[in-house]
Amino acid sequence: MAFPAALQAEFEELIKNYPDRKAGLIPALHRCQEDLGGWITPEIMEDCAEFFGLEPVEVYGVASFYPMFKLKPQGEHVIGVCHNLSCDLRGAQAVLARVIEKTGAKVGSRSADGKFTVEVLECQGACTNAPMFDLDGVYHEDLDEARVDEILDGLR
Amino acid sequence: MSAPELYLLERAGREGSETLSVYHGSGGYKALEKVLKTPLTQAEVISEVREAGLRGRGGAGFPTGLKWSFMPDHEKDSRKRYMVVNADESEPGTCKDRVLMREDPHGLIEGCLIAAFAMRIDAVYIYVRGEYRKPYNRLQAAIDEARAAGLVGDAIMGSEFSCEIHMHKGAGAYICGEETGLMESLEGKRGHPRPKPPFPAGVGLWGQPTTVNNVESIFNVPFIIDRGATWFARLGSEESRGNFLCGISGHVERPGVYEVPLGTPAREILEDYAGGIWKGRSLKAWFPGGSSTGLLPPDLIDTPMEHDSIKAIGSMFGTGAMIILDETACTVRASEVLARFYDHESCGQCSQCREGTEWLHQIFRRIEEGGGSMEDIANLERLAMGMAPGKTICALADAAAIPTLAVIKHFKNELVAHVEQGCCPLKANTARAQEVRV
Ligand SMILES: Cc1cc2nc3c(=O)[nH]c(=O)nc-3n(C[C@H](O)[C@H](O)[C@H](O)COP(=O)(O)O)c2cc1C
Ligand code: SF4
Ligand code: FES
Repeated sequence: MAFPAALQAEFEELIKNYPDRKAGLIPALHRCQEDLGGWITPEIMEDCAEFFGLEPVEVYGVASFYPMFKLKPQGEHVIGVCHNLSCDLRGAQAVLARVIEKTGAKVGSRSADGKFTVEVLECQGACTNAPMFDLDGVYHEDLDEARVDEILDGLR
Repeated sequence: MSAPELYLLERAGREGSETLSVYHGSGGYKALEKVLKTPLTQAEVISEVREAGLRGRGGAGFPTGLKWSFMPDHEKDSRKRYMVVNADESEPGTCKDRVLMREDPHGLIEGCLIAAFAMRIDAVYIYVRGEYRKPYNRLQAAIDEARAAGLVGDAIMGSEFSCEIHMHKGAGAYICGEETGLMESLEGKRGHPRPKPPFPAGVGLWGQPTTVNNVESIFNVPFIIDRGATWFARLGSEESRGNFLCGISGHVERPGVYEVPLGTPAREILEDYAGGIWKGRSLKAWFPGGSSTGLLPPDLIDTPMEHDSIKAIGSMFGTGAMIILDETACTVRASEVLARFYDHESCGQCSQCREGTEWLHQIFRRIEEGGGSMEDIANLERLAMGMAPGKTICALADAAAIPTLAVIKHFKNELVAHVEQGCCPLKANTARAQEVRV
């Protein structure tokens, strides 16, 4: 196993930013997750371990510490609903309920058709536009149930 | 009241505010030019920032110029040194740095360059929380543009000063906003805060002298250098100078990020800037500066929003992010949501914090759901007292304990009502979509 050539080249550039190449691990995990199927597979961990001069278990230790890294397969679309305070005060629970209803996915798992993963997130730093969710890496803010319908219907 | 002088958001929202041409057009990089062409000495830049009285906007309010002066004397200690801009912005309620990075990235870059010059640093890392993709991309594009124009990299503006600015992405952990957790994370590890001392100015990133500053702190610097310490010192209050970005969220008519002079009464921000409580309701409780600062009662809403006044009422200015709860909100539910957050975010190194945050979460949850006892309320207090102050490696334990003690101090009646009635008296307003175990 090895990274695809383009990623390999990107990581060779990346590590030039740091006096110690290990510092490139977290940015590299992001790029792997983006380009190689949406989650950190055991193969990715092994490749990263080799590239960064670490043991695979050390890569696992890092990947499992950070909520943005997924350690199991994700749906085609990933929806993270913020459930921290500012969002809670302005209707995050209603938004979450609507998302669950529309997607058929339970919090923390995929819908049966594999289309959606729904998760809850802590504060995303968009509190003045609460409630919000992150859909495939893009923030959607000032939500209500009608907006949720509109956004999710737009995906189908 | 005359309209306050604004500068932080002067460019934000203008067409193309993120581009070099618009930034240049409105006097951008003039302060850097002043530093490099006058030329000012390192000591002169630091003393200007010290005299201005700028206090850090990342939470602790530590004087920025003083922090810079802690970096070892270059003559005696020639080790490589680093600067880190803390753009992890994860304190609930806080969303101001995002606006600056997205709308005015060159302002941050210019601030980085001046700070780096002052501390003889030639490598700056901007650590941005991973979820902030748009601000990250805007900043990266601005750095590329600045590099192409000879403003980042070697021999900046033809001077002897060279400096690289690197972008770095976090991955969703609140604890990486704590400066030593951040440094561990930047080195590619789990974000476990380091015991202090040693302090970052002596032993920081890769063991080298390092200064960590918040985005908004650094963003203030070019204005101070360009317009002068005396100009800056006239803004705000005596001990907390300048303007700050106040993110106000929750039950208000116009939530938003507003530029406000330090020392402005909280009521004025709530009523004049944010349009008051929404739906014509009244105020029940408010956080002055992010979730870690604890809930305050309505009768303290006239307090000036600046470090010392907020401290005097037993709270903290924090990140200046106000969260507003109206009369229908439940302070126990709010406490439960935040306790869950701290439980989720504790890195687990210290037993008081690892166990304490979990217990706080469970007990608040039990009380909110109606199964709590008077003993639970006493236990909340005992637990919180055991977690803070200063009992752990970092201040996350304090950040969980402070709101707990505050809710007991100011809203004990509501906790007791939950116990006595065996349910949340305001349950209709706090309906849960689905039980979420984290
Ligand atoms: C748990 C915890 C989380 C923190 N999160 C942040 C953050 O997201 N952004 C930030 O600038 N400072 C954060 N801080 C404060 C930093 O440790 C540090 O004091 C700050 O970045 C210094 O910058 P300043 O002096 O410019 O304010 C946090 C502190 C703690 C204890
Ligand atoms: S106080 Fe909590 S978050 Fe901070 S180091 Fe200890 S366990 Fe980790
Ligand atoms: S609480 Fe949801 S974005 Fe901050």
